Amino acid sequence: MSSVLFLVDHTAGKISKASGELATYAKSIGESVAVIFADNADAIASQLNTFPVDKIITVSGEWDKYGAPAIAEGLSQLIAAKNPAAVLITSTATGKEIAARVSVITGSGIITDAVSVDKDLITTQSVFGGSTTVHSTVTKGVPVITVRANSIEATITTSSAPTESFAATISDAAKLAPISSATPVVKGGRPDLTEASIVVSGGRGTNGDFKPVEALADALGAAVGASRAATDAGWYPHSNQVGQTGKTVSPQLYVAAGISGAIQHRAGMQTSKTIVAINKDPEAPILEIADFAVVGDLFNVLPQATAQIIARKG
Amino acid sequence: MCMQIAICIKQVPDSWAEKKMAGGVLDRAGVDAVLNDLDEYAVEEALRIVEANSPTKEAGEGSGHTITLISMGPERASEAIRKALSMGADDAILVSDPSLAGSDALATSLVLAEVIKKGNYDLVLCGTESTDARMSVIPAMISQRLAWAQLTFAGKVAVDPTASTVEIERITEFGNQVMSAKFPVVLSVIEKINEPRYPSFKGIMAAKKKPITTMSLADTGIDAANVGASAAWSAVKDALPRPARGAGVKLTDEGNGGEKLVEFLVEKRLA
Repeated sequence: MSSVLFLVDHTAGKISKASGELATYAKSIGESVAVIFADNADAIASQLNTFPVDKIITVSGEWDKYGAPAIAEGLSQLIAAKNPAAVLITSTATGKEIAARVSVITGSGIITDAVSVDKDLITTQSVFGGSTTVHSTVTKGVPVITVRANSIEATITTSSAPTESFAATISDAAKLAPISSATPVVKGGRPDLTEASIVVSGGRGTNGDFKPVEALADALGAAVGASRAATDAGWYPHSNQVGQTGKTVSPQLYVAAGISGAIQHRAGMQTSKTIVAINKDPEAPILEIADFAVVGDLFNVLPQATAQIIARKG
Repeated sequence: MCMQIAICIKQVPDSWAEKKMAGGVLDRAGVDAVLNDLDEYAVEEALRIVEANSPTKEAGEGSGHTITLISMGPERASEAIRKALSMGADDAILVSDPSLAGSDALATSLVLAEVIKKGNYDLVLCGTESTDARMSVIPAMISQRLAWAQLTFAGKVAVDPTASTVEIERITEFGNQVMSAKFPVVLSVIEKINEPRYPSFKGIMAAKKKPITTMSLADTGIDAANVGASAAWSAVKDALPRPARGAGVKLTDEGNGGEKLVEFLVEKRLA
């Protein structure tokens, strides 16, 4: 059976939720091989034993200092040694850079932002703001595919995959831009925007008051998003912006409060499974794509919904 | 020292326009085309880098530095180039050739890298992605092909022309990182780095006289077998418009909108 390598992404020694999703895709295609670039690889490897993983390969080196260029070289050497059927990487800023470089180094085709990969390596992408669905295949080299977080439910299982280490050599060209300091994102109590299964977003209609949006998000265990109008006004951090120039999210439930739904915003959330919108303006475009729309004041509707949800939980 | 700066720019369909596929690629003929929004931040940042290091505090002649735009696309991409020239860039190179139609990111990065090699640039700036393809891979691919330092997703840039160094603050979903490198550097900037200027009337008039050099594929020295749709490294099997979302429930809040909303969520097993 051919193997599928997937790159485990991790920050501060903790694997991302998306790593389990990649394992699930890899297992559906062939032998699921996790690749960990880290010095504390054992601690990271042990977090994979609840996902379908057949083998773990660890690569130690100065990855935190040299970032994507160095990881791409190491991964390319591993690909040359193992000749896998495909390589899967999470669609993050760094993940896509690693994929881009691996594709150049190994002479392989690349597909980014897949929302599905089937057993024959046919990918599904949702393009042009979710208005078009494209099916593609890589036709040359080892397919390098980046996959969006949250596009599949990770299979939960028990695995005890054997671990081997791989020695990579990093060229001087990959060491040209060292990282001198790093400040990780301060994680609040809320889930990460791109990984959350529920997102509650606020826009211009909040007038800068995100409290009702945050309260509903917390009642639902959701992440908080914001429209560009809200982030440009300084009401909410840019890192929470959903839309064409912000994050693309595809949660089970997307709640848009006080967001008109310009095409740029829809581009970032249109593939959400269920969309709920609250807007004072009965003509707001967001209401047309919502599965459930309330024409009303978010300052009345949201607190009532929040109280109701809390009451139901008892 | 005199800095030679290049900016990779792309003409894209207007992000407000409805985009469709035709024969496996984006139908570019039927929509308005504009300068990629995210490239404007790269143009603005290049201008600011030059202005900060210019005796006249202005870009252009007298600054001692040059800003060259590099683009690949059909001839009408010169419209997007004029926009960036009117912001203040000095000149431009447009690689235009029928054999390039349908090129993927690997071919595009190959062409851009070959053009960059022909110059003597210290810095190559890019936006983080184009608003049409949205792959966000070109800066990394160019850096890999040129074996230059990659400083990408910069939210802050400090250039020291005397020491020939660039330091950036890289801002991604994982947090912020400070990193630096010596020239030559491939630099991509995120949109919160600056507020791109509007071209002035003077800038628009001046742009009409600025030179745009057109290069054919032969001029780049690249074999036609390596570019275009037939050389693409991935193939689109099909592209279908997403089925329209069925009309959902729409009601007006009469004091119980929040309760109705929760009823809907419970019914859908979402709350």
